[in-house]
Amino acid sequence: MSDNGFEPKIVAFLCNWCTYTGADLAGTSRIQYPPNVRIIRLMCTGSVDPTYVLKALLDGADGVLVGGCHPGDCHYQSGNYKARRRIIALKEILKQAGLEEDRVWLRWISASEGQRFADTVSQMTQYLKEKGPNPMKKEWAV
Amino acid sequence: MKPRIGVYICHCGTNVAATVDVEAVTEFAATLPGVVIARHYTYMCSEPGQALIKEDARTLGLNRVVVASCSPRMHEPTFRAASHEGGVNPYQVEMANIREQCSWVHPDRHEATDKAKALVYAAVMKAAHLEPLEEREAPVTPGALVIGGGVAGLVAALDIADAGFPVHLVERSDRLGGRVAELNRTFPDLEPVAEWLPALVDQVRRHPNITVYLNSRVTDITGFVGNFEARVGPIEAGLAPAQIQVGAIVIATGYNVFDPRLKPEFGYGIYPQVVTTLELEQRLSSGDLTVNGKTPKEVVFIKCVGSRDQQLGRPYCSRVCCMISAKQAQLVRQALPDARVTVFYMDVRTFGKRGEEFYDEARRAGVRYRRGNVSEIYRRGERVVVRVEDTLLARTVEHEADLVVLAVGMEPRPEAADIAALLKLPRSADGFLLEAHPKLRPVDTAVDGVFLAGCCQGPKDIPDTVAQAKAAAASALIPLMRGVVPMEAATAVVDPELCAGCGMCVEICPYSAPALDPLWGVSRVNAVLCKGCGACAVTCPSKAIRLQHFTPDQILAQVEALVGW
Repeated sequence: MSDNGFEPKIVAFLCNWCTYTGADLAGTSRIQYPPNVRIIRLMCTGSVDPTYVLKALLDGADGVLVGGCHPGDCHYQSGNYKARRRIIALKEILKQAGLEEDRVWLRWISASEGQRFADTVSQMTQYLKEKGPNPMKKEWAV
Repeated sequence: MKPRIGVYICHCGTNVAATVDVEAVTEFAATLPGVVIARHYTYMCSEPGQALIKEDARTLGLNRVVVASCSPRMHEPTFRAASHEGGVNPYQVEMANIREQCSWVHPDRHEATDKAKALVYAAVMKAAHLEPLEEREAPVTPGALVIGGGVAGLVAALDIADAGFPVHLVERSDRLGGRVAELNRTFPDLEPVAEWLPALVDQVRRHPNITVYLNSRVTDITGFVGNFEARVGPIEAGLAPAQIQVGAIVIATGYNVFDPRLKPEFGYGIYPQVVTTLELEQRLSSGDLTVNGKTPKEVVFIKCVGSRDQQLGRPYCSRVCCMISAKQAQLVRQALPDARVTVFYMDVRTFGKRGEEFYDEARRAGVRYRRGNVSEIYRRGERVVVRVEDTLLARTVEHEADLVVLAVGMEPRPEAADIAALLKLPRSADGFLLEAHPKLRPVDTAVDGVFLAGCCQGPKDIPDTVAQAKAAAASALIPLMRGVVPMEAATAVVDPELCAGCGMCVEICPYSAPALDPLWGVSRVNAVLCKGCGACAVTCPSKAIRLQHFTPDQILAQVEALVGW
């Protein structure tokens, strides 16, 4: 069921200094990728509250991408490490609640990695297309 | 105050409009809650574009502005300023990135337009929740720290001191002058260093505004632009360290020369005939060019030793070795008119003012240039043999020599890595300190108030070093002369009604911005120290602390819009 006409919605929480700038670079380099991703700019992945990710999933987003600086490169010293711990914990909780933790992706993409950003969005879109729509949307929309 | 939002969709010429149906997005925006006016225009960043915002803000009483155009990293300051002039708080301006993150990456008009609508919707929803913020200023400690007493540090220190500010000049060694003090004459005018460097050092030593710390190093730096605190420790134990407060820092830690022992095939350190360009400088100063008591008849220069060498992990050009070789070859010809002087080179890069002319002068003075890669140097009797592949003749030749000079490249000093770690400065792949922008901010660093001068940033000659030192001094003087620095307005704040005083924000903050108030037992954020990363807001179990401009209600409104559309 790779091409079933289903277009996943991906909400991306990107840090201002690395991945958001990397996404801008993909633009200035005119690297094309699927329009399924919608970006929210934050100053640091260390400020991504797991409730934001949950809210996106419960509202019906088919995937959530959290993108920050490579380990050691955080503009605020250690925000990306904090994000990593929180996302691991969140995925564990999602798993135990029987929810699909593989809809949440955490990726390190630097300001110079426009291609990597575009590739990540392409891969994630393809992955979610094959996986199908987020089942939570129906249940919670009642 | 009830949101009154103006939405402005930019065509960016055809950059957005060719892919995104700007009229459809404008019509859609006009239907969104709180939107009073929605317009589209060719170039929102142009004068008339900005005038549209100002005019609407005044006549329609807007209190929020949304601009859908390029990345906020490009023009957010522009639209904040324009909105501010129209009476809108600059922090109640939100941008939708429909160029870099939409029209430039999604060629399909329908898809791009649909996404642009989603992004505008999210921006409007966030804007409705934006709160007005005050931009404040912090006072600046008048004074600068200059690290490194070479030519870059000396010049930077003098300029800052001449502008009337105290300068602390810290030097590791027991003398000022740095590497240049080890040189004999400089290219391209063959001017003796002794004619100008001692005077420069003397000016610094006698300057009433400059305090010189010899045999010292900076062991700790805390603070931020305008208010740095540094500890200067003597390298020899037993002396007390000095604690100094400054508003700006200039790093001028210089370079090391490549150690040719890392190319053992050249026999440096084994054959007395093989020396480095830096060692030849000293011999030219003393006038003694003899090897084993004999005057050399055959002198060979080898360029790019430790530069442009992938195998050694030094792919960069050291920029000065071509000129140094041309200079020393001429000086050797002058000192030893009977000697034959040959330069083996990969390329000759004598750029810059009078560079090419200087290379011509070397050749006219009888210096022979031969294109070739040297593979090894070995002994033959009292001489050494330079084995070289002539890359024009495609033939291997053996060239006997009495004196071989290795034009050693520049490399970062290990101490620069310590400074980088103290200040959290990024370094480029070659290990030199990284400038904030290669073209527009060549002496700035990623850390506000910290500037670079000289070879700590990359190989360069003396004129470039001095130019950069003067630029760094001028840049450091900006906060010093203004006397105040702008403070991050989007800082974290605590609601004392909700705070339970658990101290988790205190623990997680890398800048020690929150602290527990001993009287009330609640956390308070020092806005001067807060960098606005938001880590504390996530960790707070009672959600008493929040990062302004990125509050949960703002972000959740964005999520809702993006998923809902």
